[in-house]
Amino acid sequence: MIHINVAKKLRGARGPFTLAVNAALPGKNIIALHGASGSGKTTLLRMIAGLMKPDEGEIIVDGEAWFDAKRRINRPPQERRIGFVFQEYSLFPNMTVRENLAYAANGDTNVGELLELVELGKLADCYPYTLSGGQKQRVALARAIARGPKILLLDEPFNSLDPAMKEKLQDEIMRLHRHNPITTLLVSHDISEIRRLSSHVITIEPGTTSFFSTYPIVARA
Amino acid sequence: MAIEFTPFLVSLRLSFTVTALVMAVAMPVAYRLAFSRSRWKFIAESVLTLPLVMPPTVLGFYMLLAFSRNSPPGRIFSDTLGLPLVFSFSGIVAVSCIYSFPFALQPLKAGFESLDRAIIEASYTLGKSKLETFVSVVLPNIRPSLVTAVAMCFAHTMGEFGAILMIGGNIPGVTRVASIAVYDKVEQLDYFPAHVYSVLLLALGISVLMVVHHVNRRRGERHDTY
Repeated sequence: MIHINVAKKLRGARGPFTLAVNAALPGKNIIALHGASGSGKTTLLRMIAGLMKPDEGEIIVDGEAWFDAKRRINRPPQERRIGFVFQEYSLFPNMTVRENLAYAANGDTNVGELLELVELGKLADCYPYTLSGGQKQRVALARAIARGPKILLLDEPFNSLDPAMKEKLQDEIMRLHRHNPITTLLVSHDISEIRRLSSHVITIEPGTTSFFSTYPIVARA
Repeated sequence: MAIEFTPFLVSLRLSFTVTALVMAVAMPVAYRLAFSRSRWKFIAESVLTLPLVMPPTVLGFYMLLAFSRNSPPGRIFSDTLGLPLVFSFSGIVAVSCIYSFPFALQPLKAGFESLDRAIIEASYTLGKSKLETFVSVVLPNIRPSLVTAVAMCFAHTMGEFGAILMIGGNIPGVTRVASIAVYDKVEQLDYFPAHVYSVLLLALGISVLMVVHHVNRRRGERHDTY
């Protein structure tokens, strides 16, 4: 279970506003994070990852405080056990696919198995610049789960992919999730994608204060 | 007539020492400057790049005054640390470090600035420390800037003249570097060794620039492909 109760002042296109989020994410589910652009979705992901500091509140993961403004706890990203898939993949250009995964892996991860799991065995010795968007995305995903994270943060992972590739990767994420259910927070604009992948939704409404709710999805497409 | 190559050896020894010292300091400084959002950053940048526009004799003159044995800092260096900075090899190392610093700083800073910040953050989210990220992710991805910085710092130190002459004088085997030896020989109207030194310096300069441009050409080909 992941409790998030944070607030941060942000400067948006229509002036300053406060991003306020209070949610309990049920463990081992895929939870979609939905809202207009500029509402603070990426900011929330970055606050969970420790890449950005909330103004106040707390982030508690399985009983461990990752952030607690009152107790002055703010763990650096290195101590948070997260897997982050960035919008632009952000693979290490100086490393091959295998090296990208090996860099991320800790002692008990089998890089070879991971490569097979995301069907990248044949591309293991390629550098990122030779890969297609979909292939890069799979490497980014494999790299994010290599360390056995407690929470997987996916920032619009299908944004720059064509519809066929999008669907293929969505299947892949579902398959990976069944294989190894990690609590996953997925930023998405796409309602059909949200229905397909996630069991719960958090909606961030733009405005002076962002409201928000978590509710289970009743019907699946 | 035999040509004395000692000035070249002094120059090479100076350039290797200065390049190692400058790179060790310039890397963290450039990294800090590239990612700093401080409003006072421009002051640090201006001071550190001042040698690009200041006459070398001005720096040499002030260092001569500051580090002569009549001044307190000069006495600290020569008596306490055993590193006299005036008319000595350590003195020309010190002045060349200051003079060549911006030649290493600028390409490094440009390299760090062009780096995608997200790959640094990605490394942090994978549990890697700042140092490990710097060594495994940051430095390999600015390799062309690194090569440029080393080459420019080395070549500029080989060619430095005014500041070295001011603070080091012209002591054979100690502070008489190749560029000063050219001047020395021309003054004596001894043109043959002057030619030899000059051709060697020219060849070294053009080789270094060719390495730099070759490395940067290869970066251009791969640009934006990842």
